[in-house]
Amino acid sequence: MDPRVLIIIPAFNEEITIQWVVSELRRECPAYDLLVVNDASTDRTSHFARSTGCACVIDLPVNLGIGGAVQTGLKYASKYAYHCAVQFDADGQHRPEDVFKLVDMVLSDECDVAIGSRFVGDSRLHGTDLFRRMGIRFFEFLSIFLIKKRIRDHTSGFRAFSKTTIDFIMHEYPVDYPEPEIVVLLARNRFRIREIFTQMYSRQGGVSSIPLVKGPYYMFKVMVAMLVASLRPKEF
Amino acid sequence: MGRIQILSIIASLVIFSVVFNLVRRRRLKTEYSLIWLSVSIVFIIFSFWRQGIDKLASLLGIAYPPSVLYIILLIGIILILIEFSIIISKQAEKIKILVQEIGLLKLELEQKIEKLKPTHEQDPKEDPDKGKE
Repeated sequence: MDPRVLIIIPAFNEEITIQWVVSELRRECPAYDLLVVNDASTDRTSHFARSTGCACVIDLPVNLGIGGAVQTGLKYASKYAYHCAVQFDADGQHRPEDVFKLVDMVLSDECDVAIGSRFVGDSRLHGTDLFRRMGIRFFEFLSIFLIKKRIRDHTSGFRAFSKTTIDFIMHEYPVDYPEPEIVVLLARNRFRIREIFTQMYSRQGGVSSIPLVKGPYYMFKVMVAMLVASLRPKEF
Repeated sequence: MGRIQILSIIASLVIFSVVFNLVRRRRLKTEYSLIWLSVSIVFIIFSFWRQGIDKLASLLGIAYPPSVLYIILLIGIILILIEFSIIISKQAEKIKILVQEIGLLKLELEQKIEKLKPTHEQDPKEDPDKGKE
């Protein structure tokens, strides 16, 4: 039996790019199922996603935040027993052809979580400003300290999860800025995490989930979350 | 009995009865009223038992006995606020689970309806632009 793979596309007000992202993904990976989780967008994201006719669309009635949207997708993946779930940003910054890189690593059991990283194997810090780079660097050192593992791109929203991982994190997923915390949580519970270089396009549309004014809040929240996650009792 | 003592007895009794009445009329859930009731009972005790404050102050090594009152008040308020934060967190988690479940069910329902539709009939879903004129 062929392994079943679900691509989860969390989308909040991405009407400019969603159609392009969905149809590109469908063209690149015709064998994978696509799921758009529309996080109560106020624009026509849902309409454009549906108009492509090649993705299932979940319309959340209330805005939950990126984490809540991804978690919805993970619950769907678990419910329909997918072997692998990929998180793919709706703003078009990831390349659809890179999906295979991540999925192959998970399906060949090289790792439980594959993270598409901007920095691995390439020193260019691409499409990020100084503050963001500093933040990412800081998380890198924090993760060395907390989980004895060097993760270069903690903020990457391009990830593939194995079946066991899906079943583990679908119960507990932070609502806002979830990425670094999830890495710590998974590493702490002995899931194997691997990073792989993926090219990023600069943002095609929409705005970052981390506007500069929220920077300090973001840093503080994520720092606390990573610390707490590293001190939680192991569940495995 | 000094005037201030009568005043504090009345005040703490009023707080207690207000909370109790809210619970009685189901405006306040019993489980959330417990901390309010306990704090107001502590206040009632200390407004009747004047030496209690002095005794507690000397026990804790506090030179100025009335400040014991502030400490009790402060501890009570902090406990209540922490309890609120816990309740809010629990509710946020529950709301999130419900919203996700609704989303998943909506999709499932759409798919079931789609399957039930006879194949020769064209999708009658109206265009969102239509009917706007």
